[in-house]
Amino acid sequence: MTTGVAGLDGDVGLRLLRTMWRIRVFEERVGQLTRADEVHGLVHLSVGQEGVAAGVCGQLRPDDAAYSNHRAHGHAIAKGVPLGPLMAELMGREGGVCRGMGGSMHVVDVERGFLGATGVVGGNLPLALGSALAGRLLGGDQVAVVFFGDGAVQGGIFVESVNIATLWELPVILVCENNGFAEFTPRSAHTNVERVSDVVAPYGLDRETVDGNDVVAVREAFAAFLDGARSGGGPFLLECLTHRLRGHYEGDPQHYREALAAEDWQELDPILRLQQQLDHEGFEVEARAEVEEAVEWARSRPFPSPEVIAELVYA
Amino acid sequence: MSETTYLHAITTALAEAMRADERVLVLGEDVAEGGPWGATAGLADEFGAERVRNTPISEAAITGIAIGAAQSGLRPVVEIMFIDFLTLALDQLVNQAAKAHFMSGGQLEVPLVVRTQGGAGQRGGAQHSQSLEAWLTHVPGLKVVMPSTAADAAGLLTAAIADPNPVVFVENKSLYFRREPASDASAAIGSARVRRQGRDVTVVALSRLVPESLAAADELAEEGIDVEVIDPRSLVPLDLETIVDSVAKTHRLVIAHEAVEHGGFGAELAAQVQAAAFDELDAPIVRVGAPFTPIPFTPPLEDAYLPGRTDVIAAVRRVLGSAS
Repeated sequence: MTTGVAGLDGDVGLRLLRTMWRIRVFEERVGQLTRADEVHGLVHLSVGQEGVAAGVCGQLRPDDAAYSNHRAHGHAIAKGVPLGPLMAELMGREGGVCRGMGGSMHVVDVERGFLGATGVVGGNLPLALGSALAGRLLGGDQVAVVFFGDGAVQGGIFVESVNIATLWELPVILVCENNGFAEFTPRSAHTNVERVSDVVAPYGLDRETVDGNDVVAVREAFAAFLDGARSGGGPFLLECLTHRLRGHYEGDPQHYREALAAEDWQELDPILRLQQQLDHEGFEVEARAEVEEAVEWARSRPFPSPEVIAELVYA
Repeated sequence: MSETTYLHAITTALAEAMRADERVLVLGEDVAEGGPWGATAGLADEFGAERVRNTPISEAAITGIAIGAAQSGLRPVVEIMFIDFLTLALDQLVNQAAKAHFMSGGQLEVPLVVRTQGGAGQRGGAQHSQSLEAWLTHVPGLKVVMPSTAADAAGLLTAAIADPNPVVFVENKSLYFRREPASDASAAIGSARVRRQGRDVTVVALSRLVPESLAAADELAEEGIDVEVIDPRSLVPLDLETIVDSVAKTHRLVIAHEAVEHGGFGAELAAQVQAAAFDELDAPIVRVGAPFTPIPFTPPLEDAYLPGRTDVIAAVRRVLGSAS
């Protein structure tokens, strides 16, 4: 475990805090809008896990490919996807980042290098390897990152991907958000191997497990891996132990676990932890204004016309 | 005229595509060694191990890697050694590749070719012999190509590599070593070819059933039955117009493929033709396909199972209303 300290250069800490607040406020608003039936479909919020998204994506370039899973909003925001088109996507509007064709679990923003979320657990792990391979064969120094939960680790595609990534020494960083729950059941009900970093140990890749609710620790550990991948190394695995504050999906009654006591959450909350260290307030208010602006913009967008469907099946 | 084989045509087309565009790479099990039939033989010598990549036996991951590589600027050609093993990569193909362009609102393109081969007759048993193309035609976003000649194998593979969409290129192992005239004719995906002109019955045949149907047509011609044989060459997109034009001339249609008849592509084709040209049909459409059983291993039963020339002849007689 790496313990983070607030020894950050310049305004890095403020940027991390600001990003986390944008994610937190966006996600909470999405939860409300889901209940109001303005945001549609299966919605999985990352409240509580913002430190991972911010700590990782804030260091990536737009031409570095990032892939994500069904709990993708935070990763997308941290990678630079603008809030208005993101919210419009969740509302199924034409102004959505995917023209309303993808929705919450399938957000893509090619311009920002967010090559996509997927609704199939573990389904895009190999795609990240492919993007890493392309970067290398085309002569660039891009890296690829893929976020996945601990639930993805028990799938065959995970092992296939780790094996090839190590065999081919691809510049890809596998970021596991281990929140202890695979959908509705604890990790202990799925596997006897507690740490994801132990699962991959035989493959010999550089790996680390950090406190994912300590954004500084995430950032530091990821920075080392990013340097390695950028300079031709890889792959790497970063396991971030974190906590999903909300249910698996919006509306999940969560009969399978006890709610975290408020005082315990205060100790864990990645935002409060950094905010106390930086002694800075104000980003929450700023984020609320940004998110409200995004909501209003999204509401003003029309639904896509039916002709869009036939246009988009084939390139 | 010089001769070639279907297999050699594929090797040549791959090499030409790799020479023309350094973004093209080949990956799959044993491809650097040429694969079980030699489709990729010699490519590793010319283009090196970075562009001709041997992979572990991980069909899902290699397909997914190719999808990601395609999204990020390469033009990968994946080999799935047997179409039977495509089952292992279906999540990648169906949920990732086929939908990426659509779900991203047109932002992503996946210029991916998945080369694979099916077909029975080699005593491979029921897990190395299937014809599963109909599954793939059920997935919007995929293109499905099935060449039956060496010239089309080359031309359509070149077109598939140039296509911005995921294309599944379905070969048939029993066609690989037939000697045919060499040709550098180009071929467009979505364009059927009339292989033989005829007045009395239209036979639309896929892959190996094309040469079988041409042999059947020769035999029937001796009795004065004039059969037109059409090879759609690609199932998605489908050149329905060429087929309907033929049916408007012959008024009788037989559809022949090696795949299991039940739920096969022939059912879709029959439905489309009757919807487009019901009034042109003088008899119910007759399908030729394999029985609804796994493929038997034992040689006499596999031979009996496989649809071929005699089944097409019987189907033509049936659609003409004459007893077989």
